[in-house]
Amino acid sequence: MEILKINGLAKNFYLHNHGLEIKSCHNINLILNKGEFIGIVGPSGAGKSTVLKCINRSYLSTHGDIFYDSEAFGWINLATASEREILYLRNHEIGYVSQFLNVMPRTTAKEHVMNAIIDMGQNTEAAELNACEILSYFRLPENLWGIYPATFSGGERLRLNLAHAMIKNPRLLMLDEPTASLDDKTKILVKDMLIKLKDRNTSMIGIFHDIEFMEGVCDKVFNISDGAFLS
Amino acid sequence: MSLNETSVLSVKNLVVRYGSGCDACQESLEKNRCKLCGSVWAANDISLDVYPGEVLGIVGESGSGKTTLMRSLYFDFQPTSGSATLRDYKNSRKNIWDVSAAEQRLIKNTIMGMVYQSPALGLRMDYSAASNIAEKIIAAGSRNAGTMTKRAVELLEAVEIMTSRMNEAPKNFSGGMQQRVQISKALANNPALLLLDEVTTGLDLSVQAKVLDLIRRIKAKYGISILLVSHDLAVIRMLADRTIVMLDGKIAESGLTDQILEDPQHVYTQQLVHSLI
Repeated sequence: MEILKINGLAKNFYLHNHGLEIKSCHNINLILNKGEFIGIVGPSGAGKSTVLKCINRSYLSTHGDIFYDSEAFGWINLATASEREILYLRNHEIGYVSQFLNVMPRTTAKEHVMNAIIDMGQNTEAAELNACEILSYFRLPENLWGIYPATFSGGERLRLNLAHAMIKNPRLLMLDEPTASLDDKTKILVKDMLIKLKDRNTSMIGIFHDIEFMEGVCDKVFNISDGAFLS
Repeated sequence: MSLNETSVLSVKNLVVRYGSGCDACQESLEKNRCKLCGSVWAANDISLDVYPGEVLGIVGESGSGKTTLMRSLYFDFQPTSGSATLRDYKNSRKNIWDVSAAEQRLIKNTIMGMVYQSPALGLRMDYSAASNIAEKIIAAGSRNAGTMTKRAVELLEAVEIMTSRMNEAPKNFSGGMQQRVQISKALANNPALLLLDEVTTGLDLSVQAKVLDLIRRIKAKYGISILLVSHDLAVIRMLADRTIVMLDGKIAESGLTDQILEDPQHVYTQQLVHSLI
């Protein structure tokens, strides 16, 4: 059962100031099945993040289709869906996790997660309870909950972002280099969490640098420079 | 399922022109001014929709027409042409720029709330903070003093103004406090649409953070739709779901906020994004 089908995806950036067209990824064809985890590898600059950002519609695709089997709309082309449809899907079905923070100023880690839960319609008390639960689940140390995440390490930020993304219980989760700059111990932690998500039948597509990490987590590995799966 | 949403606000082909205009205006514009007849096109064919519960950001340099759009919507002046409809006013069937002044006052007082860049435009600086809120409630038809005081307390608490100071005039307040009183006044009648024009401009960073958090909470709590004008991309990034980029009275491009910031298409937006420090 497919959940995501990418056909002939290409992304070019046109820089007006330099009169330059930069080609990022081209002719990407990829199928992700429900509950499956695909890891994307390839040299830097090959367009790994570009593919994820096109799926998330943070980038506008230049060519190709990104069909996603959504719960709300059925099959929908993420490359051309309306902005309001994309916003709906981001709120209910699709998650995107990186190590970058997008947190309101003067918001603590716990408040950051709570706010997202309140936005989903829960009251403050229930949100607080849920936030604590999810932060423990992702093993963010309790003494960090009341702190502004701008001071967090890469691994702590990642765990906070994962917790934040999981509130919406996404069916499709994109992971943009979730293990970059993590030490081995934290990597094992992240690996554990990803396996837990997989057990919940979350379909995932992620960018990784170390092949070793992907063993036991990813079902398939896609090499972006060949545009094909590694055997 | 399909997203059959009715927009809370729909603007079509708004034009605000200063000067008589000529047949060759559109081909002879230097920025927004016609080189032949000297007319200025402050808003030049602006169309947009604001959907339920969303924040629509509007960015653009000074003179791009952001405030012209906002002030046209709040009836501060009559546009040259175009239409605007509101879901909560006759089911979007009537152009609000065509109705009587009395109807427009009703719309301002019951469906919309406006926060100006300058608190002096939105507040009576010599009246007390509580009276400013009461004024708005009375304008919507309520006369019960007890209810009004209760509402004033509730609103001022929501924007973190000490109620011990609610009987003081805003002229005694700091800029950030004045801005928060203005926001509470705009919210007095539970508007469906909130117009925010550069609300954080000129505030120091800690007060700005407070105002941003307030806007976020208002959105979450009341499900209000917000039209948010700002030239500060960080503010837009934090708050807006979708963003429109304006240039010389026109819409240069529009899209999801993260797409506008990460993959800008228009030459002006690219320059704007690359100017971020």
